[in-house]
Parts: sequence; C-alpha cells; structure tokens
Amino acid sequence: MPTQTESAPAYLLLEDGTYLKGKSFGAKGTTGGEICFNTGMTGYQEVFTDPSYYGQVLIMNSVYIGNYGVKNEDTESDSVKIRGLICKNISERYSRMIADDSLQDYLVKNNLVAIHDIDTRALVQHIRSKGAMNCVISTEKHEIEALREELKQVPDMAGLELSSFVSTKEPYYFGDKNAAIRIAVLDYGVKRHILQSMADRGAYLKVYPSRTSYTELAEFEPHGIFISNGPGDPASMDYAVATVKQALEQEKPLFGICLGHQILARANDIPTFKMHHGHRGLNHPVKNLQTGRSEITTQNHGFGVDPESARNSDKVEVTHLNLNDGSIEGIRVKGKPAFSVQYHPESTPGPHDSRYLFDDFISMIKERL
Amino acid sequence: MPRDTSIKSVLIIGSGPIVIGQACEFDYSGSQAARSLREEGIKVILINSNPATIMTDPMMADRVYLLPLTVESIEQILQENDIDAVLPTMGGQTALNLAKDVDELGIWKQYNVRLIGVDIKAIDKAEDRELFRQWMLQLGVPVAQARTANSLLEGKEFAQEIGLPIVIRPSYTLGGSGGGFVMHKEELEAALDHGLKSSPIHEVLVEKAVLGWKEFELELLRDNRDNVAIICSVENFDPMGIHTGDSITVAPAMTLSDTAMQLMRNTAIMMMRDLGNFAGGCNVQFALNPETEEIIAIEINPRVSRSSALASKATGYPIAKIAAKLAIGYSLDELENQITKTTSAYFEPALDYVIVKMPRWNFDKFKGADDTLGLQMKSVGEVMAIGRTFPEALQKACQSLENNAIGLSSVSSAKLRVEELLEYIKRPTWDRIFKIKDAISAGISIKTIREVTHIDRWFLYQIQDIVKLENKIKEYAHLENLPDDVLREAKIMGFSDEQIAQLVKDCTAEEVYEHRKKLNIKRVYKMVDTCSAEFEAKTPYFYSTFESSAISPESRGELVFNESKVSDKKKVIVLGSGPNRIGQGIEFDYCCTHGLLAAKECGYEAIMVNCNPETVSTDFDIADKLYFEPVYWEHLWEIIEHEQPYGVIVQLGGQTALKMAQWLHEKGIKIIGSSYDSMDIAEDRGRFSDLLKEMGIPYPNYGTAYDSDEALEVAKEVGYPVLVRPSYVLGGQRMRIVINDEELEKGVLSLLKHLPGNKILIDHFLDRCQEAEVDAICDGEEVHIMGIMEHIEPAGIHSGDSHAVLPSFNLGQLEVDEMVDYAKKIALRLNVKGLINIQFAIKDGKVYVIEANPRASRTTPFIAKAYGVPYLNIATKVMLGEKKLKDFDIVKKLEGYAVKEPVFSFNKFPKVNKELGPEMKSTGEAIRFIKDLRDPWFRTLYKERSMHLSK
Repeated sequence: MPTQTESAPAYLLLEDGTYLKGKSFGAKGTTGGEICFNTGMTGYQEVFTDPSYYGQVLIMNSVYIGNYGVKNEDTESDSVKIRGLICKNISERYSRMIADDSLQDYLVKNNLVAIHDIDTRALVQHIRSKGAMNCVISTEKHEIEALREELKQVPDMAGLELSSFVSTKEPYYFGDKNAAIRIAVLDYGVKRHILQSMADRGAYLKVYPSRTSYTELAEFEPHGIFISNGPGDPASMDYAVATVKQALEQEKPLFGICLGHQILARANDIPTFKMHHGHRGLNHPVKNLQTGRSEITTQNHGFGVDPESARNSDKVEVTHLNLNDGSIEGIRVKGKPAFSVQYHPESTPGPHDSRYLFDDFISMIKERL
Repeated sequence: MPRDTSIKSVLIIGSGPIVIGQACEFDYSGSQAARSLREEGIKVILINSNPATIMTDPMMADRVYLLPLTVESIEQILQENDIDAVLPTMGGQTALNLAKDVDELGIWKQYNVRLIGVDIKAIDKAEDRELFRQWMLQLGVPVAQARTANSLLEGKEFAQEIGLPIVIRPSYTLGGSGGGFVMHKEELEAALDHGLKSSPIHEVLVEKAVLGWKEFELELLRDNRDNVAIICSVENFDPMGIHTGDSITVAPAMTLSDTAMQLMRNTAIMMMRDLGNFAGGCNVQFALNPETEEIIAIEINPRVSRSSALASKATGYPIAKIAAKLAIGYSLDELENQITKTTSAYFEPALDYVIVKMPRWNFDKFKGADDTLGLQMKSVGEVMAIGRTFPEALQKACQSLENNAIGLSSVSSAKLRVEELLEYIKRPTWDRIFKIKDAISAGISIKTIREVTHIDRWFLYQIQDIVKLENKIKEYAHLENLPDDVLREAKIMGFSDEQIAQLVKDCTAEEVYEHRKKLNIKRVYKMVDTCSAEFEAKTPYFYSTFESSAISPESRGELVFNESKVSDKKKVIVLGSGPNRIGQGIEFDYCCTHGLLAAKECGYEAIMVNCNPETVSTDFDIADKLYFEPVYWEHLWEIIEHEQPYGVIVQLGGQTALKMAQWLHEKGIKIIGSSYDSMDIAEDRGRFSDLLKEMGIPYPNYGTAYDSDEALEVAKEVGYPVLVRPSYVLGGQRMRIVINDEELEKGVLSLLKHLPGNKILIDHFLDRCQEAEVDAICDGEEVHIMGIMEHIEPAGIHSGDSHAVLPSFNLGQLEVDEMVDYAKKIALRLNVKGLINIQFAIKDGKVYVIEANPRASRTTPFIAKAYGVPYLNIATKVMLGEKKLKDFDIVKKLEGYAVKEPVFSFNKFPKVNKELGPEMKSTGEAIRFIKDLRDPWFRTLYKERSMHLSK
C-alpha cells in the first residue's frame, strides 16, 4: 500500500477562485457540482447513495471517512449519487468484520472522483460565510484556467430540475402485495429506507416515475400517497405540484418528506427559496409543536419553505420548527389528511427519533379505510 | 418546562479527597454546576472536605462547608441553612452514596429537602448490579450472563454454572474497586473473597466475561420532558476488560457504522427514559461483538462522571452546566448552546477532529503493585489531545504524558526481542501501546497483534502508518535531504520536531523547527465549537494542527486556516501542570484558575495552556483564550510565537510549568514574577546551599555525587543516616533514607539505572527532627508569611503524606520566629516576585532549611482556604507587578487550627507495602478544622504520630 505522500494529486477549484491541492481517492477523472457539507459522523455510505445529493459535491466535516468500509445493505439507492467527495482523511484500510468492501474499491466501482487531505474545516467555514457555489475536482487537470473551463460546464442549482434524472423510469412494486394498505409513491429520488419504513408498517407500495399524473396514480387505488425526497429546485417542478394539488382535492392521505414537503407547501401557495448553504447532518434539533417534545433529526436540504408565508398561510399549520434557526420543519394542511416534514424521519443514517411520523401516516390512512 | 421557581437554595455535595477513580473531574463538574445555578439566582451551599478544589472557593458558592462528607455534616448544614433541594449528581459515587445514607435516615424528609436531578430508586437501579441486570432483562436489553452472590459458596456455585472466564464485579464500589477477571480455577476463591470484602454490602456479580468485544460509551443528557441527546460517543482503544478510566479512549467513535451507532443510541435512550426520575447527565457503557455487531449493556451511571468531564472537553459542550439547569426544571429545548450562543442546547455535537485520552499511571510509587490493567482503575490522572488525524492526536497525547515520551516512540531504552515483544503485549500494561508500536516496527503482523490484544485493526493500522512514515524518514540521513512533503506529512501525523531529529540523526529539534518554519510548515489553530463549523461560534477554545491546504505553497483563495485571531491586548500565558499524578494534582488547577482570573482583573488577556481534561482552568469560560495543548516545549513555543504574549506565568503549574522556565529564559521570553535565575538557584542544590551558607542559615550537611564511589565518600562526610535522591524530581520520586554503605550503594545503583547520568543529592538526615513549612508571598521589597504548617509526623515522611497543622501548635516561639526570619531573608535574597514555599527541619531547638520552591506549592490552596484569604489572587497580581503587598489588607480568619489529612489509595493495590517514607504516596487530602488541641480526633492522631511510619 502506498503511503499518503505517494498517492496521486487531485485539485479542487471553487467558483470564487479558491484553489486547493489534495490527494486523489476513488476514481480518476474530473467532476463538478454544487459544493455542500454534511456534519454527520456516521453513515457515509447511506449519504453517498442518497438520491437527494444528485448533482452535488459533498464535503464530509467528520475527519475520517471509510473506517468501516462499505456494506451492500447500507445503501439508499442502487449507486453513489453524489457527484464528488471532499474529505480530510480517507481510511484506505477499514475495519468491520461484516463489511463487503473497502470504500476505495466501492468508489472506483461507482466511478466517483474524490479528493482528500484538504482542510475541510476551513472550506466549510468558507461555504458557511460565502454560501453554496459550484466547484470542480480533477485528477487530470491542475492549471486553474483549465479547471475554470470545466467549472463553466456545471449548471447553476437554482431553477434546476433534477428529479427526472434519479426517479425510476418504470413503475415498480415494493412490500407485501397482500398488505391491507396501498400507498402510491411519487418518486422524485426516493431513499430505499423510506419505502422500507412504510412496507415494515404493513403497506404495499407502488413507486411511480416523477412525471406521473394523478389519474395514473388513481389506477392503483391507493389509500394514501407519499411525496418523496429528491434533488433540485422545487420551483422547477410544477408537474409535481399539479399532481399533489389534485391529490389534495381528492382528500387522499398525503405524506411528504424533504422535497415532498416543499412540493406540498407549493401546492398550498407557499413559496420555497434557495438557502444560503442548507442543512445537512444528523444532529438538527426539531421541536414538535403538537407534543412539545423535541427530536434530533437527519437533514439534507438546500431549499426551504418560506417561513413568513407558512406562518401566515390560512391553508396550512406549522407543526415542527427547527430549534437552531427557527426554520419551518413541518406543516399540516388544514382540514385535510396531509402533512409533511423537511427532515428525514427514515433516518438512514441518523437518530431514529422521528420514525413515529411513519406510524402517524399509517394511522391516518387506517382511520380512513 | 421553565425552571422550578420553588427552588431557591440548593446544596451541592462534592466528592471529597482525590483518590484513584474519583479525581478533580468532580471539582470541574461541581464548579460548573454551582456557577450554573447561581446564574439563575439560586443560592448555592456547598460541602466538600477537599481544600484543594475550586468549588470550595468563596467565589463559587454562597456558603461553603469544608466538612467531612458525613451524615452529621449534612445535618449540621441543614440546621444552619434553609435548603430547598440537594443536587447529589455532581460529586461522583461519594455524593450519591452520602445522599442515599441521608435519605435512609429520613433526614431529607425531616428538613423538607428535595432530591433533584435523580431519585434514590434510580440510583439503586443503576448501582446495584443485580437490580440493574433484572431491569435490563425486563427492558429486553441484552446483558452478559450473570448471577449475584452474597457468599463465597454462592459465588463458586455460579461460577461453575456459567463457566470460566468470568468477571467479578462488587456492588457499590468506586472505580471498579475489588473487581477482576478469573481465567483459571485456582484464582476463583481469592478473587471472590476480595470482591465480597470490597463491596459495602458484601455482594458481587459473577458475570460471564466477554473477552475480545469492543467497548463504547455514550454520554447523554436527559430532561424531565424525556428529551434525550447524545453528547458524545467514545470508543475504547483497549477492548473489554480494562476499566474505562485505564483505557486509552477515542472520540468520536472511530469504527462504528451508523447501524451499530443507532442501535446503541436507541438502547441508551430506552434505558434513560425507563430509569425513573432523572434530569441531567448520564453515561451508558456497551460492549459490541465485532463478529455479529450485537451489543450488551455494561452499566449506566446516572450522574456526571470522569467520562462526562472528558466529553465536555472533547466536544466543547458543558455537560455539568446544562445538567444543573435540567435538574432545576428546564428542558433542553429551552436552553441555548453555550458555545454558539445562537443555536439550541438541544442538539448532538458534531466533531471535526479526533480526541485521544490517555491515562497517566504512577506505578513507580507503588512498588510491588500488580501493574496489569483490568477492571479496577489504577491510573491517577489523564491527558487529552486533539488532532485532525488520529496519529496526530495519539502522538500529542504521548507528548502530554510527561513520561519523557516525545511521541509514540519508545519511552524505555530496553529493546525487546520479537518473541519478548509478542509476550509483552499480551498483558495490558501502561506502556503496551508503545510496545505495540515496537512490535509493528519489528515486523509482527497486524493480524497477530490483533489476535493477542483484541485491539481493533483500525487503530493498529494507524500505528502502522506511523511506523511506515518513521521508516521513510529514517531513509534520509540528513535533515536537508528530507523532502518537504515527507516533512509535511510527518507533522500532519503528529511527529514532534524531536522525533524527526532523532530519526534523521544529524540535527536537533530546534534545527528541525527552524527548517520547517522556513518552509512555512507551521501550526494552525482550530476551534472546538460543538458543531463542526456549521455555525459561527464565540468560544475561544483552540487546538493546534497542521493542514496541507494551509502549508502547501499551491493554495489560492481566501480560506482562513488559522482561527485563533491575535488581539492587540496585553497578554499573559498561564502554564498548567499537565496530567494529575502523585505530588502534582488538583492544587495546581486551583492555582491556575485563580491566576487566570487575577490576570483578567488586571486587564490582561489571560491565555491558558494545558492538556488535562479534568481541570477547571481549562473550562471554556475561565480563561480569555484556551489552548488545549501538551505542556511540551515545541507546542508552547509555537503558541508564544503566534500570540506574542507580554509574559508567561510558570509559578502556578507545579514542576511541569517550572520546567519550561529554562527554555523561556533562553528564548528571551519574559517569565512573570521570579526570574529564571532565582528558580535555578533554588533548584540547584549546590547554588542554594552556597547561598544559605553565605547568609548564615543552617542546612543539613549535603554533598553531590555522580557514581557510587563518590556517593560513599560524601556519605562519610555528611554522616549517616543520609537521604539519597536525584535532582529535579517531583514528589520525592526515588528518594530514600539509608543508614549504611551497603544500602547507599544499592540506592545509588537503582537510581542510576532509572535516571542515568543524573546528579545524586546526598543529605544528612536529621533523625527524629520536627518538620514544618512556610508559604509566603514576596513582592521584591516585602514578604508576607501566608502560613506556617507544622507536620505531625516526625521527619522521614514526605511532606505531602504527613498530617500538618496550621498554624504551628507545638513549636516554640523562638523557632517560629526563626523560620519566619529565614523565610523572609531567602525570599528577598532570591528576589522572589510571587510565591515561595520553604521546608524546615527543627532539631534540638535549631532550625534548618531543607529546601525552597519559588512557586505555588501543594499547600498554597490549603492555607488560602483555612485563612479565608484570596492568596492566589494576591500572589498573581504581585508577580505581574500590578500590585504591591502593601496594597492589600490581609486579614486571616481562622479560629483554632486547620489540619491537613493525607488520603491514600492503597486499596487499589492490595499487595503494596503501605509504609510511608520520603517518597510521596498519597493521592489527595482533606481539611479538618479543630477548635483547640483538646479535640479528641486530634489527640488520637497526635498520640499515634510515630506509628504512621510503619502504617
């Protein structure tokens, strides 16, 4: 095994001219996307395979990645979804008896370009103050000019529709087909454990491509509709808003997570906005205004629901608030069986405090059976 | 739920004298709790018998009781004060046990005092091994197979049923006292007997041993609304079977997948919620089977602990402070993050660095002790190091230990052969990690090392990376040939300049430093902010690291690598005393804390440098700026270069800080107060005696020697009995009294074996003389005698181990006057600015000076407490030159006498000779006030004074 000094160099360029040399890890090549950071200390594999990260280059704040290798079960989709990875240290040799592979081999297999030996803390502070921006990582080019050319190819995240890229192309079924409850899932980039969480609670799911009309969903005769998480700007997804509006009119039990939360908000005339640098991690405190109890949540979002409009809305009620910055974490549609949260109650990775929300959804459906 | 306004006054119970397993971490938590409650306008009454603590300082509480931790003392306090509630979760096992005793007698009820933070039922469930086990089974949490035994016979039966190996865990003991493994049938009976006798209720748990499993801890907070947050996950480097206090520990957990982590988190939360009435900080320990990732619960501690003190320092999250607020009714979501001041206290800290804690042992003080590490804690202190790579944190921890380690390099020169190494590392000992590194260097495979040690491969790989880099550096025989990127990597991996110098062999550490400085390979300082930089933090808590991005010439842009911004204020650095050990402990934390506060009062920016996580002086809001770094020259020097302080205070951090004086002097850095030269005179036996001779002050005859021949010569001159000791040591290390040539030679040989090349001091020993000591403050013109303490035991017992009475009780006025006179003369002659401690021997009416230390001594806090005078505050202002003694109106308040009682931890080392001598062995002390010499406790003590020699 080569020691660190012997590994090949890699280069990172940010839109604002920040340029750093690091070491290559994973696949060789050039990649680009919007830079963001995740503060979680466990669950890197689940994060890398989360479709909501599509189009993004991820900084892991935690100083070590790869310590426990990878395991086939610990994935949220069939492949790595992040566009690039920036780390402080990567463990080439892992320790986990039940693991299937090393992170290095896994990333090569998934053709992911990664860079390490970067001062990730300084970089995160920079993003925190300057806001999200695009970046490129390359193991092939190191001249700033050449990298700048690459950077031009990376699209701006605002206004970008990305769900179509990660959504299923064909509908498929999930769970026990004899289950008493049927749920139609609008897949904008759904995480596998969200489906699992509903199936575990006795639901049979049919997962639909992102651009599916309400009429098509109705053919499944679902008892409830789930609006999934996913990447990109909800403002570019009028097709999804239209479907959800129709579902609301039909008084179908609805549950939305993350992007699904933003779409439910938009379906109720509440605008969304691009956040300065987003929330990504496993430690965000959220207060449930209905029970008074708080929960530690998993988060991954770069867009948010406009707080002013949500609070003043006559259509929805704010049910959950972020204890750190007061942002809107959950809403319920007044007089309709529909609610949504900005965070990830399936929590893979992350604390399981919010899994009760799936129970709530199932109960809501059962009440209407 | 907002705070319970019916609580207007709270009693906090401290943990008493320092013993192994219960040290100054409880001063840290108690102090934080006291401040936290007073912030809320609550009156705080505090009891602790330990005078060296900050928590018992008048500034910490509304009323402080320096009383023995007994039911009687509690009753006295309740009679004298109107107390609404008692908080027993801040003073370790001692406080919990006392609260329980008081409860059993119905005293809390009688005085209408509520127990807050925890209720008795919860304590019982957690502390009683059998109740805990039953409770876990009820909850469906797996535990190791076990049975409770109250007799030898029962124990033997259960052992037979479960099968060896087993673990014996006594109920209600401290730091795992009396516990142990039984691997072989022959050991069973003795181990059971010992365990049963160690338990106050004669009860042990006979448990199936889970050898080779990994050990983890979670530190949690829970409020009375059932909100729970995990503040920190800690992974033990050492596998199950070694007390966590004796394990190297790492935070955050390094080898835990999210599924395993969440399984632990869920289990811990379930346990916490089911514990009963509890609001505060708690610790849960788990073992994990690496083959299946199943876990079992080991124990739960419903109180703040050594681990929570570490977790607080490791994350920046002040657990005790928040725990105290939760105890008075607040819920987590109502409180703010103390570090960011803008986000919520209800969150789980995210770390973007690695923490390594290493214990510090003192086996050299306990000859004959079994130094195998196991279930019973044996270490006396600990260090914590922070780095951005695991090897960096690990090597910084080694550099913090003060056992001559310059990194993860051999501390002993003895080279073992491969077979010996393999045998050596099978047994967990204090230096096993150093030997594991040697074993890897010798080419033993990671697989083999893992098999014999059960240490996780990930950690072994990291050590192997250190070895590989070491080999690579060795290839370049000259510093000039060493490629820049190899040097960069060495620094990123935590190698000290000294290590690099020894590896390239042709240069000094200083040259490595200058060389790398030219290459811009300098430290940057990063903040400990609880949130991995997600939010802006206000806390001035820093650690050093090396970042490629910062030191690479290719980086472009506006990134800020160094977060420690230097202010334009006048700054002073206070040096701490490193890990606690026998002879240098909590007293110096007391001194440093006061030094920092006094410097702040004088308008300085007060900067703290230390690596001991148990201390108050390293709390996030004591100093203006904290560098959590080894008290090791290379680190200190880079901080000085960065901060450009006005000066450095070395007087308050014991011998550790004093050792830095020579380097500071050579670099031309101002030493605050007494100069390096006056310290050197006092330390150098030759120079000091010459000075005394010149001043006409008597001292015992002495001589110095470098080998046994010279020593025999000197002994003949000064006359037997003689005291033999090395120069520049702490707490009488390796000091002994000998009465003839044969003993002398033996002593000298053993000394030279351990400290080759050391100058040996040989003093005539004044047999059966009386001993006393004086602490004083001098401003260069005037000397104030803080106190005279007379030792009860005759000479021959180290001053730290003897009972001492303040003021003197038996010495004649003439003798006292003479001591005062000598002390004043010496202080002025040494041009002391600040503190000095002088030890005297009195024989046949004649006063001899034994030694002088121009720094804060072990007794300084004691005297300050006994007289109720803020002596450390005064001394700091004097040494800074901000005030003269005449500016203070010093009034000593003491009725009767204050007696200092040494406290020992011999129960941790059953086979050790408990005889006292010139080498210090006590781990802590208590204070006891007596009205007069007729006090029955004192009379007994006095009558038996000579018996202590062989106790």
